[in-house]
Amino acid sequence: MNRKYVTAFVAVFVLFLVAWAGVSIGLQWLFGVVIPYLAVLLFAVGFVRRVMGWSRSAVPFAIPTTGGQAKSLPWIAYSRLDNPSSKWEVVGRMAFEILTFRSLFRNTRTKMQAGSLFYQLEIFLWVGALAFHYAFLTVLLRHTRFFTEPVLWPIQILENIDSFFRVEILYPGIQFGLPAVYLSGLVLLAAVVYLALRRVLIPSVRYISIASDWFPLLLIFGIAFSGVLMRYVTKVDINAAKQLTMGLVTFRPTVPDGIGAVFYIHLFLVCVLLAYFPHSKLMHLAGVFLSPTRNLRADTRAYRHINPWNHPVHLHTYQEYEDEFREKMVEAGLPVDKPLDASAEANADKE
Amino acid sequence: MAEKQPTPKEMLDRIDYQPPHVDWMETPLDIRKGMYCYAANPKSVATLGLPNARPWNPLDADWKLPENWQQIIHEGFKERLERFRSVKVFMDICVRCGACADKCHYFIGTGDPKNMPVLRAELLRSVYRNDFTRLGKLLGKANGARPLTLDVLKEWWYYLFQCSECRRCSLFCPYGIDTAEITIFGRELLNLVGLNIDWIATPVSNCYMNGNHLGIQPHAFKDMLDFFVDDIEEKTGVKVAPKYMKKGADILFITPSGDVFADPGTYTAMGYMMLFHYLEEKYGLDVTWSTYASEGGNFGFFTSHETMKRLNAKMYAEAKRLGVKWILGGECGHMWRVINQYMDTMNGPADFLDVPVNPITGTRFESARSTKMVHITEFTADLIRNGKLDLDPARNDHLKVTYHDSCNPSRGMGLFEEPRYVINNVCKHFYEMPANTIREQTFCCGSGAGLNAGENMELRLSGGLPRANAVKHVHEKYGVNMLACVCAIDRAALPTLMDYWVPEVQVTGVHELVANALNLPGQAERTTNLRGEDLEELKAQAEGETDEG
Repeated sequence: MNRKYVTAFVAVFVLFLVAWAGVSIGLQWLFGVVIPYLAVLLFAVGFVRRVMGWSRSAVPFAIPTTGGQAKSLPWIAYSRLDNPSSKWEVVGRMAFEILTFRSLFRNTRTKMQAGSLFYQLEIFLWVGALAFHYAFLTVLLRHTRFFTEPVLWPIQILENIDSFFRVEILYPGIQFGLPAVYLSGLVLLAAVVYLALRRVLIPSVRYISIASDWFPLLLIFGIAFSGVLMRYVTKVDINAAKQLTMGLVTFRPTVPDGIGAVFYIHLFLVCVLLAYFPHSKLMHLAGVFLSPTRNLRADTRAYRHINPWNHPVHLHTYQEYEDEFREKMVEAGLPVDKPLDASAEANADKE
Repeated sequence: MAEKQPTPKEMLDRIDYQPPHVDWMETPLDIRKGMYCYAANPKSVATLGLPNARPWNPLDADWKLPENWQQIIHEGFKERLERFRSVKVFMDICVRCGACADKCHYFIGTGDPKNMPVLRAELLRSVYRNDFTRLGKLLGKANGARPLTLDVLKEWWYYLFQCSECRRCSLFCPYGIDTAEITIFGRELLNLVGLNIDWIATPVSNCYMNGNHLGIQPHAFKDMLDFFVDDIEEKTGVKVAPKYMKKGADILFITPSGDVFADPGTYTAMGYMMLFHYLEEKYGLDVTWSTYASEGGNFGFFTSHETMKRLNAKMYAEAKRLGVKWILGGECGHMWRVINQYMDTMNGPADFLDVPVNPITGTRFESARSTKMVHITEFTADLIRNGKLDLDPARNDHLKVTYHDSCNPSRGMGLFEEPRYVINNVCKHFYEMPANTIREQTFCCGSGAGLNAGENMELRLSGGLPRANAVKHVHEKYGVNMLACVCAIDRAALPTLMDYWVPEVQVTGVHELVANALNLPGQAERTTNLRGEDLEELKAQAEGETDEG
């Protein structure tokens, strides 16, 4: 057993118990109203502070990683996305990076066989990461239905697409049906499981993982799992839940009766995630936009990048150099600024 | 080298990508001979006015640090978090997905898990969490944080000098986290308490005082070029006449001093001299060398941003003093990252120079209009494209050439097509190495960023393994016998690497190939190449090999 994921697992389990116990002893207001407000506040403040902190730091040099041919001679085609020389090309590079995880798509796996190295395409991390992030995004967007009345039409369309898959058994005698199954929730769970398994099964990834890699994974698993549980198994009172969430966004908080404990557990885990977010690696969400190896133009020979703290430095000037080597230079027939005689006289004058 | 070099087979057998069972923070540091470079000579450190000049030995327990070294590092760290957004963001956003883990040549060649880029960064990140984040302070080790102890500092030193700042990991990172940035920053911190290596400190001090890393004094520099003049005359019957510090010349030419010093770089240096002679005879182009700015490379880049600026300043200063129109730069790796991404920002604006125009072809190098500095392969490619060179590629017919993209011109510039265009115009037989080992995915020679010393040979040979392996592949498949490159460190490091892993392959600069193909006006019959090898014999030999194959 690995101490790191045990620590993270225990932490998430304790959080689960806290919410469960809290709701059982009637702390619905705390878990349904106070903590959510607090969490959103912590998230917003923490997020903004972190991004401001990054923005305050200087970008002294333009250091894009160039992944393709530079724009140079006009008859050489250059790589607009991987060696962007204009603002719009940078926008393109960033868009592909953020929307399609382009750099990760390059991933290979190094293997050594009989003294030869092989670099195989390794697509699974890219697939898993895309599945995870897009499923998460879809789930998030779907959840705006709890904070809007009426529900926005794009969200309804999204829900329809997401729930095209249905589980219904309609035979005489057996009548069984689940509410529309949202694929995004299941994909999210599957992706989280995949990302967690990677951390266990791939030795190098296991070796580099720390507790703060496990904690958000398990937390998100807990959130997705409690969500799925609520929807398909324990059947939470959706209308009551929406009453609570609408109360939160309209700043007229209410706590309707009988929503069910799973809902509060789900909500509490989400709150923990929000509060934890700005202090964690999850900030890669914002950081990727500020990465100086990706978001700068690679046209540094054509346009001067300005360094706000360009420190003055000590130099060894040509004059000092010539003073030291003048005789040898003259002897070797190298040109000098001050001829030997003149400089000898100048030195004599000085003395 | 104190210890016996392992054989290639021993080296390969030793590589194990399975990480140990013990947590990396618990693994004690083992500073192994063959993997590290000697400590900086105090004289060199003192010449540069850098902190804590004293003799010390990495194998000693006491590294003779200043008493308040922890405070110095902490404050240096803090200051640099504000100075470099890259560092600050990269400290915060790594998710440890592991995409970079097996992209580092040092990891591939050693199997040492702390050579995985992610862990190299975690060495510093763990201290960052402890010193600068609330959660790290609160949770400590559970959050991957640890205080900066002497052992941690030693670990930084050991592994930050096992990174060649090649940026291959940054290509694969979904957030563009660049270990080169981490290493540059980390080495800058180490320099604050006097922990540099001599292979960097002494060249830097030499360059600062004498104008080049090797410390060649002006008259000696001219002597060396004079020697090439004789050599060229012997092989071509043409006496070239390089110019030195000529005021009012069209172009100032700056190239790494390594190429005037050691084979096979010397042949590339001769190549430049022949090209400039040709252009002067045919078109009246006026190119000058300088002994003051006689270094293209910049080991200051491997010390600190300030030191890099101090060395680089000579290029513009000399161009200004001589009143040339623009600067032409020779074949070098990190030199071109500095010129492309740092020079103009540090030491510009170069408003005393003209936008570079090739007076022979009329081509205006728009992409270099601010730095006013052009890469020699851009220049030569333009000449060839416009039919301005009289080339006889047949003199390179015995060669089967492959091309090694140097890290810095690849991932810090994007120079891929120009050298290939030149090679293809001066050689008949050109073969690419596998796609995952060239261009933007190219592998380091294993000796970049100041690590091409003799005492760390095992590190160099293992770090160069992925490159050597790819060369071996094309050697076996196509009979490749020549590895071309545009980097002086490559020319110094790759021959050793080839001798060890693929002894049948030699190393050349691109302009050696150009010079061998270039017909000089009034030349005698060219019976040998610049290396003095008989062309007929080489040809017969090559044909023999092909017949057998």
